[in-house]
Amino acid sequence: MNNKNISRRNLFKVSAIAGGGLMLKLSLPVNALEDSRTTLVKSSELNFYVQIASDGQITIYAPNPEMGQGIKTTLPMIIAEEMGANWDDVEVVLAPIDPAKFGMQGSGGSMSVTRNFDAMRRMGASAREMLIGAASELMEVERRDLKAEASRVIHGSGRSMSFGQLASVAAQQPVPVPEQLSFKDPRSYSIIGTSVGSVDNLVIATGLTKFGIDVDIPGMKFAGYTRCPRPGGKAISFNESEIKALPGVIDAFILQPDARSGKASMAFLDGLAALQGGVAIVGEDTWSVFSAKAKLKVSWDESGASKDQWSKMVTDARAIAVKGGGEVKLAGASVTEALSDGNNRTLEAFYEFPYVAHVCMEPMNCTVDFRKGSAGKPDSLEIWLGSQFPNQVKEIAENMLGVKQENVVVHGLRMGGGFGRRAVHDFAAEAMAISHQSGLPVKLTWTRTDDIHNDYFRVGGFENMKGAVSLDGKLAAWDQHYIGFADDKGKRVIGSGLRGNELSMVAFDNARVSQTMMPVATACGAWRAPGSNTNAFVEQSFIHELASLAERDHLEFLTELMGSRRWIKDGDISALNTGRAIDVIKLAAQKAGWGKAMPEGHGLGLAFYFCHAAHVAEVAEVSVDVDKNYSVKRVTVAVDVGPIINMSGAINQVQGSIVDGLSTMALQEITMQNGRIEQDNFHQYPVMRIASTPEIDVHFIQSDNKPTGLGEPALPPLAPAVTNAIFAATGKRIRSMPLSNEGYKLV
Amino acid sequence: MSKHKLTVNGNSLEVDVEGDMPLLWVLRDKFKLTGTKFGCGIAQCGACTVHIDGVAVRSCVLPVSSVTGLVTTIEGLAQGEDLHPLQSAWIEHDVPQCGYCQAGQIMSAAALLSKNSQPSDNDIDQALAGNYCRCGTYVRIRRAVHTAASFYNADKRNS
Repeated sequence: MNNKNISRRNLFKVSAIAGGGLMLKLSLPVNALEDSRTTLVKSSELNFYVQIASDGQITIYAPNPEMGQGIKTTLPMIIAEEMGANWDDVEVVLAPIDPAKFGMQGSGGSMSVTRNFDAMRRMGASAREMLIGAASELMEVERRDLKAEASRVIHGSGRSMSFGQLASVAAQQPVPVPEQLSFKDPRSYSIIGTSVGSVDNLVIATGLTKFGIDVDIPGMKFAGYTRCPRPGGKAISFNESEIKALPGVIDAFILQPDARSGKASMAFLDGLAALQGGVAIVGEDTWSVFSAKAKLKVSWDESGASKDQWSKMVTDARAIAVKGGGEVKLAGASVTEALSDGNNRTLEAFYEFPYVAHVCMEPMNCTVDFRKGSAGKPDSLEIWLGSQFPNQVKEIAENMLGVKQENVVVHGLRMGGGFGRRAVHDFAAEAMAISHQSGLPVKLTWTRTDDIHNDYFRVGGFENMKGAVSLDGKLAAWDQHYIGFADDKGKRVIGSGLRGNELSMVAFDNARVSQTMMPVATACGAWRAPGSNTNAFVEQSFIHELASLAERDHLEFLTELMGSRRWIKDGDISALNTGRAIDVIKLAAQKAGWGKAMPEGHGLGLAFYFCHAAHVAEVAEVSVDVDKNYSVKRVTVAVDVGPIINMSGAINQVQGSIVDGLSTMALQEITMQNGRIEQDNFHQYPVMRIASTPEIDVHFIQSDNKPTGLGEPALPPLAPAVTNAIFAATGKRIRSMPLSNEGYKLV
Repeated sequence: MSKHKLTVNGNSLEVDVEGDMPLLWVLRDKFKLTGTKFGCGIAQCGACTVHIDGVAVRSCVLPVSSVTGLVTTIEGLAQGEDLHPLQSAWIEHDVPQCGYCQAGQIMSAAALLSKNSQPSDNDIDQALAGNYCRCGTYVRIRRAVHTAASFYNADKRNS
């Protein structure tokens, strides 16, 4: 047995597992940890993040929710680095939901590293200074002759004391003033920038991780919920007596829509979502509930239900494209003139991208224990769920059930995928209402069909593109008309529309960019790199179309478009930096062997996109046969997100983004028919399987910029890189996703 | 309702449920073995993969009444204090992202290795064709299975 990669402490844990016992260290509630600790580094801030036991064990709390993006490992690495800890001595514990101690405990927008890098460094540096203070006192030496390294404080003479020996005295040290803390020189880093395995790998590989869906509390019953197949519909009646007579069914009842549960059904970062009308079933186990759900016959009031029709949206968008117009985002001075200049070559193209679902592998679920107050005790609520913004469910409890937020306890669990879906808490509103109504602690689990039908989808959309190139092969004009969607109040839905600072065209002086919104009733939400993941496809495809029209090399045309090296808005991380763009574009091209001779039916495709403060370029190598079977052989990726914290985690995010991007562009589409979502499960909404996985070659430019997040930005360039490669291989231009609709089969 | 006797991870267990209840829900809701995951309920995603007599099956569509062999779940894959070579390889290659599908991936791969201790990429792709990874960790899954195969063979040589 080869266990060389498992530390001694991990082996101890494994033996505990194998003996059938619980993993005590990981299963201990936080209070118990605090009660049992031998010593604690106390300070106004530090005790929330760092604890050191006298045996040298360092506990670091990971503040932000983990959904596979690796943040539970990444943020503690930063603390451990500044402390001078040995990573093997560190035990990471997911912090309880307590914003007063841990700040905004949310995961979204690839912002966790960006937001927390300095704060985590301060936590680590502060702990280090307290340890050094303790060593100075105990060893009777000057602070300036001490340094912290490998979980010890070491004196210039070579004498040293371990963090464990110092812990109790360190806890008595004055808390350093944050402004006076200094940070380590990055050249001396021993943790940041290395490859560290995710802290939960062992429990995942042994099946012992607790996701929300695995929660089990005393007396817990199981629940399901069935909404109207047309969003916005309400239940009037159902075959109640038949359902209640089914084996394992405890209760069944109608819930009416409840606007108090949220501000809007399309809310995003406030995390609030209206309770939709439907029928709840409570049973003895999940299967009894699912079986009863399948036998439900509901009479629905569909008077206010969605009439959305994807085919009509396509027709309407084409009409809007012909008409032109829209809200202007960029107004190039002479776009119309250049497009009608007879000396220029011009092109017009209509692009289309579908709605897609999140399909997190773990279907939405939430466990709630509503306890009715009595004898002066108020109502209270305890909630267990995987959420990107767990604290926000408290607002639903207060608004919908009148339970004061201070009487709501939220347990955030590891998420079996998020991708933006778990930023909205409609499923939590359902679980709360079911526990409240039934008077039972319940775990609500959605079927896969519930999970798809009730999604907050990646919004579909359209872009009508016009461009002109001059006789000397230069871009002369760019006219981009985005046609997207707004809700019934006229507010653009999440992910629809264009963000000025991230468009490549901000680097070009004769671009017109405008947008028009059409109404939609289907719920839309954040889906990994919202907006960017679809606009990248259009923008980067059309740049390639114009390069081809100009008979120019795509790489040359794209870097020329970026122009001189400059930051479009100095100091604003959300603004394109053309120098960083050029660097990643050139690096990806060079590593992929851009320009090399390709066999018949093979092609290289290039794309770049800037979003979430990241500059990313990708080159896809694709082969296509005459029957439109295509295979992505290799994707070469160049990324600039500044310094990398966890190399293994960073590469994992890029690899995953490539697979996710490919899966989505190749296979996935959600359509609405009179409001109803037409895809019910994976047989109609497939996810890419392992055999189609390309080789993925990842390169980082670790620029001097501040480190920023990597959960999203490597996804958007993938689709255009692949379709540009298909064009290079076949001469056929793809302007619509998924490629399966165009007769292309990913093999 | 009827009584069903099962052997799960070497333990004899009995459960009183409807015979059509899939093994998945018996494991999860009745035996509290939650390492085996629910993903789709129609044998499309593989999150629910367990072994019956060493063969990988999708427990979400397998009625408990039809289970006759020895059931092994992810919780029973390690031998005593030793992780299965696949579990060590999963840690070494830092495979998981969200982690939800990984038990199913590992169970499918374990069934493969028990028959074929030197699988090619193609063998791996075939054996794991029924397992979705929504996070896209397929690159690392392939590498980890190869690494586990080398552990596996080294073990055999040593024993």
